[in-house]
Amino acid sequence: MVKQTAAARPKLSKPKVSHFETIQGRRQALNVINWVLLAAGSILMLSPLWWMLVTSVKTMQEVMTYPPTFWPESWNWSNYMKTWEAAPFDLYTVNTLTITILVVIGNVFVNSFIAYGFAKVPFKGRNALFAIVLSTMMIPGFVTLIPQYVLFAKLQWLNTYYPLVIPAFFGSAFNIFLLRQFYMTIPDELIEAAKMEGASHFWIWWKIGLPLTKPALATVAIFSFNGAWNDFLGPLLYVNDENLYTLQLGLQVFKGQMSTQWNYLMAGSLLVLLPVIILFFFFQKYFIQGINLQSGGK
Amino acid sequence: MVKIELKNISKTYDKDVTAVKDFNLEIEDGDFIVLVGPSGCGKSTMLRMIAGLEEITDGEFVMDGRLMNDVPPKNRDIAMVFQNYALYPHMTVYDNMAFALKMRKFKKEEIKKRVTEAAKILGLEDYLKRKPRALSGGQRQRVALGRAIVRDAKLFLMDEPLSNLDAKLRFQMRAEISKLHNRLKTTTVYVTHDQTEAMTMATRIVIMKDGVIQQVGAPKDVYDYPENTFVGGFIGSPAMNFFSGEVRDGEFITADGIRLPLPETKAQAMKAAGYGEGPVTMGIRPEHVTLEPPAAAGQSLAAVDSEVIVSELTGAETLLYSKLGSQELIARIDSGLDLRTGETVRLAYDMELAHFFDARSGDRLKLGEEAAISV
Ligand SMILES: Nc1ncnc2c1ncn2[C@@H]1O[C@H](COP(=O)(O)OP(=O)(O)OP(=O)(O)O)[C@@H](O)[C@H]1O
Ligand SMILES: [Mg+2]
Repeated sequence: MVKQTAAARPKLSKPKVSHFETIQGRRQALNVINWVLLAAGSILMLSPLWWMLVTSVKTMQEVMTYPPTFWPESWNWSNYMKTWEAAPFDLYTVNTLTITILVVIGNVFVNSFIAYGFAKVPFKGRNALFAIVLSTMMIPGFVTLIPQYVLFAKLQWLNTYYPLVIPAFFGSAFNIFLLRQFYMTIPDELIEAAKMEGASHFWIWWKIGLPLTKPALATVAIFSFNGAWNDFLGPLLYVNDENLYTLQLGLQVFKGQMSTQWNYLMAGSLLVLLPVIILFFFFQKYFIQGINLQSGGK
Repeated sequence: MVKIELKNISKTYDKDVTAVKDFNLEIEDGDFIVLVGPSGCGKSTMLRMIAGLEEITDGEFVMDGRLMNDVPPKNRDIAMVFQNYALYPHMTVYDNMAFALKMRKFKKEEIKKRVTEAAKILGLEDYLKRKPRALSGGQRQRVALGRAIVRDAKLFLMDEPLSNLDAKLRFQMRAEISKLHNRLKTTTVYVTHDQTEAMTMATRIVIMKDGVIQQVGAPKDVYDYPENTFVGGFIGSPAMNFFSGEVRDGEFITADGIRLPLPETKAQAMKAAGYGEGPVTMGIRPEHVTLEPPAAAGQSLAAVDSEVIVSELTGAETLLYSKLGSQELIARIDSGLDLRTGETVRLAYDMELAHFFDARSGDRLKLGEEAAISV
């Protein structure tokens, strides 16, 4: 074998093509377009948040100026302190947390248990019953608002947290559906093996069902946290006593009959939003999974 | 000690699919019963009825004198190994094996003792902290076995436990399960559609077809004396050769008119059984068709010239594909002979070991020869 030196090798003349005609070039161009589009989308989505932030640090005067400013003249961070002190927000936080935690617990465990039954326990009329459960999703919430109110009134539950918390312990069609889909992916053999090893359905659900459906449970937990934390209508309807107010109700102190203190309202709203944002950062994966499940993808 | 009686058990799905029909079997303590048969013949269904995972439509399942039909699976004291192992993916090997004991509220030390012991038997000591997904197929299989062993159950059920393993591993695990059975002596019902597994592992084989038992017996009995053409064809590899033809004047005459003289006693017995004259099916194992040697004492060989279609060297032996008249046949002969396609060889049929079956029903004619073997 004769070794060819680099110099001896005939030089391949590169055909002159523009950068965008090469494969890498095209890929790069696509990347750039992608990033630009994504950035534009993000800015669009973030702009309300920015507007909230900006408004929250303005003076009331600046809030009212026209044309509005997108960069405040001064950053009045003290607005936040004033906001917090304007009402017993510490108490409201505790109240909201109490409700939210109970709702999350109810939703996670009860729906999971029901879903296990629909997926893994054969019984007569199971499919019909499941269809009925699903059909409750078709009823708009507002239709049942008044009958529900009457019901809770008759139970003497007005001005308590029962109407806000107890329903979470009776299952919700969407969560049942979502969790059932997950249970269907667990092989029956696993359940049968556990049965033969002496476990009852309750134990199988507890020891095998719950751990194996963790991702779906996280999704359910996050969605119900969100729902309960942000619920305004529920507390508004059922809670009168100011000591029982939630954060969402508390924020209303800034909305007067005559004028609204937009800067404090925005500061308060941002503070209340904070846990949700933090939650989103930590559990993004499950949020997206939940949305995918809703849209039928996987 | 356990004694199991399965009496007239039937299973009907959705009113019209009959998966198991009138199944009768007594299982003695220490038995290793293998249910074998083609796909869809109702093996799994039968096993699942014993397990309690499927309702018994008709008949009785009695265990140690107690009717078990309506006892829930968790109270049956029966352990099962599933085809896909059914290991709990979120638990370690240790926890997988300990699950049943925990459910039965065993003491911690007792659980530890049993799991450790089972792990030692199965060579799983180093894997106790792993999750199933970090194990190979063979190791998972062992964990599944371990889960059954720790329970010290009265009865083991296994539904095609080796079908997910590659050939070599299957061979190895087969031996291991047999060894385990020899050691623990736990009564076992094992389902497979692989006749080799059935032959090598069973104390008794139950051959099923379309939900009906075809034959029950020790592997050798089933092999030597198949009840009908189905069993003859199913057990043994390569399968038994069948030739249709008729009996006349002490000879078997194939459909093409080739004459194979019967031994005197056989001819007499057939006459006595009412088949002295008329159509029958002859069955003969490949190893009983040989290149014509001089007949040894007591042998009754019928020799016919045949053309070699293909000869396959499988290692220690050669499989010779040929024809008897127009009917295909396989002979198993010593290797070392260089047989070419198209060559003519003289094949000898050991008529003493040939079987005859009713041409219509396929049932074997009872000619008295099995009296010496069956107990
Ligand atoms: N849940 C069911 N509903 C209706 N029919 C069923 C059901 N399970 C099994 N069958 C039918 O019962 C018959 C026996 O099935 P089974 O699973 O016992 O066969 P098998 O012998 O185990 O076959 P394989 O070797 O393929 O596992 C089949 O015809 C099958 O279609
Ligand atoms: Mg099967």
